[in-house]
Amino acid sequence: MRGLWKFTWVELKLFLREPMGAFFTLIFPMMMLLCFGSIYGNKPSDHFGGFGMVDISVPGYSAMVICMSGLFLLTLRIASYREQGVLRRLRPTPLRPHAILTAQVLALFGMTALGMTALMVTGKLLYHMRVVGDPLSIVAALGLSTLSFLALGFVLAGIVPTTRTALSTVMVLFYPMIFLSGATIPREELPESIRRISQVFPLTYVVNLLRGMWIGDPWSRHLVDVAVLAGMIVLGVAITAKTFRWE
Amino acid sequence: MANGPVVKVEALRKTYGDTIAVDGVSFEVARGEIFGMVGPNGAGKTTTIECIEGMRRPDGGSVTVLGIDPQRDGNELRPRIGAQLQTSALPERIRVWEALDLFASFYQRSVDWNVLLERLGLAEKRNAFFSKLSGGQKQRLFIGLALINDPEVVFLDELTTGLDPQARHAIWDLVRDMRDSGKTVFLTTHFMEEAERLCDRVAILEHGRLVALDTPANLIQSIGAETRIAFTVDGKPDLSWLENLPTVTGVDATEDRYVVRGPSDRVIVDVVNALSVKGIRFRDLRTEQPTLEDVFLKVTGRQMRD
Repeated sequence: MRGLWKFTWVELKLFLREPMGAFFTLIFPMMMLLCFGSIYGNKPSDHFGGFGMVDISVPGYSAMVICMSGLFLLTLRIASYREQGVLRRLRPTPLRPHAILTAQVLALFGMTALGMTALMVTGKLLYHMRVVGDPLSIVAALGLSTLSFLALGFVLAGIVPTTRTALSTVMVLFYPMIFLSGATIPREELPESIRRISQVFPLTYVVNLLRGMWIGDPWSRHLVDVAVLAGMIVLGVAITAKTFRWE
Repeated sequence: MANGPVVKVEALRKTYGDTIAVDGVSFEVARGEIFGMVGPNGAGKTTTIECIEGMRRPDGGSVTVLGIDPQRDGNELRPRIGAQLQTSALPERIRVWEALDLFASFYQRSVDWNVLLERLGLAEKRNAFFSKLSGGQKQRLFIGLALINDPEVVFLDELTTGLDPQARHAIWDLVRDMRDSGKTVFLTTHFMEEAERLCDRVAILEHGRLVALDTPANLIQSIGAETRIAFTVDGKPDLSWLENLPTVTGVDATEDRYVVRGPSDRVIVDVVNALSVKGIRFRDLRTEQPTLEDVFLKVTGRQMRD
């Protein structure tokens, strides 16, 4: 157990030392918020169901942070650890694979929590962001979403042979997803055809669930989102157990 | 158990597809010795050591370490062994002290890594990132990680490959320290000199088979190679009388350069004495004694290549 906590703590420090990781999970979403917040402000608008631009952007940017940690940080971390021989070095120690993977999950939970806290605080302080939903429901939705994307990251890490292929695979999935799922551009701004296509992106369900919980929707209105995300977790764990490779 | 072999390998066999990496290898490693496995790249050294460490599953034969089957009871074995692997790494931005502290946390029992840092000569590098270390420093850190749990047996796979001679000698001292503190050391190398100078016993592996196993001295003696002593004497005197010395088997002369051969290193003292007694002034004297390299050449019929 001591090994798991120590490993988690070291991994969290390593994520923060990685310029790309820290930038995209902590700085970039804040920059987006400040940029669009200063352009559009946060006046309530009928277009967004009585909420302002910032109110509906923060859950979207939170989804982006989640996507970033699960897809980018986790997939590249595991793939590069395998390619460089870091996993190999851990192999003859008493630390077992489930502890190695659990430490990644915990460390990335830490990273996403930091990124989302930064967003929330900025939103509250600068734009008087309105959060109508129940805080517990919001935390639960964030947790479920984060786990589902970490599961996706583990599956990709198990499939890609090298860090290079990991990077290109992640890019191909990441960019369409963050622009078309409603994470960065509110779905109200997207044409109907794109909204229909975006149903194939797992991130769309994260955005729907988070936005719903933010404005106080009951869970019963988001059963599909919950089912999709929970399914990703179950499937992800099952696949990862089969595809984990030390080298 | 305490008196049994630390490592016992019987008819070990491992294949990758059509390639036979290890083909029926058997040996035992005694407690407290430095046991070396030598052979060219691709001889099966790493496969053998990884089967022993429990990282690979043998296709045939049996392996026990400290009386434990590494495949079946790995969880019982891992806390008691230390390993330095041939191709492995740490995260680029982990600091030296963090790596030691992290690995210490994996074990119930671990040594004080501050002491280890001092002993490895890494004290002033404690805050350096792994990626900023030199090759020798990385290897010393890996040795530190292999010793962090005060293991009973330490496995070192090609630990001086790619190091300069100075770094290599520093690492040899560390390995001797391990033995002196009561640990058993199992190492692989493709440097014959390293095996000869460091190991108590040496196993020579070629094409996955064990072709020789003994102390370096016995191995060298077993091939009956001659010691050669070469020197220059001005004026081209006839020195064929040296052949009458009991330890000399032959004398060759080309121009003013003489080469005297004998079955043991006694020949060096005898020739030098005889020359001094006769007042013959020689210069540029070199001796050439058989080494493990010659043993390898003899038992495999080919030159060892780096």
